[in-house]
Amino acid sequence: MIQLKDICKYYQVGDDRVRALDHANLHIYPQEFVSIIGPSGSGKSTMMNIIGCLDIADAGEYLLDGLPIESYSENQLAKIRNQKIGFVFQQYNLIPKLTAEENVELPLIYQKVPKKERMERVKEALNKVNMYPRAKHLPTELSGGQQQRVSIARAIVTRPKLILADEPTGALDSKTSKEIIDIFHDLHAQGNTIVLITHDNNIAKQAQRSIHILDGQISEVTL
Amino acid sequence: MQSFVMALRSIGANKMRAILTMLGIIIGVMALVVLVSLVSGATDSVTGAVSDLGTSLVTVTVSDDKGKPIHLSDLDEWMAQEPDIGLISARTSATVVGKRGADYDSVTVYGTTPSYYEIQGLQLSLGRWLKSSDQKNAAYVCVLNEAAADELIGYTDCVGQTITLNGVQFTVVGVLEENEDSLTSMMTSGMLMAYIPYSSLIRLTDSVSSDVTTFYISAAEGSTVDAAADAMDRILNERFDEDDDAYDVDASNMLEEAMNTVTSTLSILLGGIAGISLVVGGIGIMNIMMVTVTERTREIGIRKAIGASRGNILTQFLMEAVVLCMMGCGLGIFLSWAILQVVSTVTVSAGITFSLNMGVVGLAVAFCFLIGVVFGLYPANKAAKMKPIDALHYGG
Repeated sequence: MIQLKDICKYYQVGDDRVRALDHANLHIYPQEFVSIIGPSGSGKSTMMNIIGCLDIADAGEYLLDGLPIESYSENQLAKIRNQKIGFVFQQYNLIPKLTAEENVELPLIYQKVPKKERMERVKEALNKVNMYPRAKHLPTELSGGQQQRVSIARAIVTRPKLILADEPTGALDSKTSKEIIDIFHDLHAQGNTIVLITHDNNIAKQAQRSIHILDGQISEVTL
Repeated sequence: MQSFVMALRSIGANKMRAILTMLGIIIGVMALVVLVSLVSGATDSVTGAVSDLGTSLVTVTVSDDKGKPIHLSDLDEWMAQEPDIGLISARTSATVVGKRGADYDSVTVYGTTPSYYEIQGLQLSLGRWLKSSDQKNAAYVCVLNEAAADELIGYTDCVGQTITLNGVQFTVVGVLEENEDSLTSMMTSGMLMAYIPYSSLIRLTDSVSSDVTTFYISAAEGSTVDAAADAMDRILNERFDEDDDAYDVDASNMLEEAMNTVTSTLSILLGGIAGISLVVGGIGIMNIMMVTVTERTREIGIRKAIGASRGNILTQFLMEAVVLCMMGCGLGIFLSWAILQVVSTVTVSAGITFSLNMGVVGLAVAFCFLIGVVFGLYPANKAAKMKPIDALHYGG
């Protein structure tokens, strides 16, 4: 599903070249639930950006579902993100002017799915996270946990191969966090591949497999 | 369609800003539409009056007489025969030296016929016009314009005095009234002019022969200028072996033409000024679009992350700029219409009403669209070029 080979990513900070990722190798298989854990500054955000096709590695090879990501243009990457990846962010990243329903609909609009089918799939996705009754609400009218559910609905509405969650519980209390993690468990049970990025050991433990990242180096820990 | 709805929503999300931004376009459109509509409305009503007033005559010029030159007697014949033709008058001119006492002046001398007075609508202030007997006898009599009277004689009340043109003595029989409002007198202001019988001018200078090359026709009473021109065209076509290039029959009304030139220049000038204010309005739109793009950097990042292509983002922001412009344009046109209605109720007593000039409305719409595209393109492109990670992490 995901294959990282000798991935390197550098940042220029002043005169220093910082290695955010240093020859990182990683395999994630279909229908796996993997967590990537590391302290802040460890390179896990960079990892997430590269896995999510938001950024391109400076060196190395990345195969997502068999596609060599380095060789695609920006617009092609947008399409790949749109069709293969569902993002869940720490800050929810819903568009504030759009209702829950419209936020979930957005990726389907970019896929040019017809209106009728869009509405059905939005309803289905919102139902999965128990948010359909709140479909007409704006993000500001929802609690943090509810917003995160909407953003999960947005991630799954395209039926992506991969769900990529970046600290999805980082801004939530422990009770809401548990609810969100339960949703991920459900999604995993339904056959989705999930990569969850966190700095919290307790959250990381929920996954089948946990990958540690420190100073741009990867080590695998099976829990 | 989807991007149109999106654009409407994001404009609606910030109504006050949208209205302030549109104000530039609204004012620009109003200036353009109202000014041009006023000018064209005024022109329509004034042109009617002018063409009634103006000398509606046909000017005929012969460039190639094919060995069959036109003589004064031909003109008299046509005048008598053609029912559509009222008067015909030949005119030719020469520049001669006028002398009074020790002074010499260059004088433009027109050799013409008695009917010229009526065709051209001239007015005498003193004396009489040239008579057919003057014409027949090639008499040395002249009618002066005021400038010539002042310069050559020293005073206007000079009927009966003599002047010398090219060494020949002429008796002044009349002085023309200076019609300061007339277009011809504006163009010839300060020129010294003398009108003498056609036949006298032939005798006076070598440069003028008895072959008439320029003459004027007026329409008969109850007929039209166009009918007179057609009749003349028929006659000349036959005479010159159906060669249209040998002569020119010009039925245009000089005054009306001049009037049209003036008003269309005025329209272009006013339209140009209004166009500048539209461009300024467009810059306002660009400015606010730049702010919008910066403000919504995060939104752009989210959209890109979930699969918006460059084209999607570009279309979204471009659409927003264009919609903003077109809304301003629509409002501007509506307000222009309202203003013209109000102005019309005031001026209706003077017999002038103003309505939207559809040509300029179309121009305004097209121009606003263009401004929306041109000034929206840069901010939209800036938005489209953002890198998804940079945009996502912007401001947090």
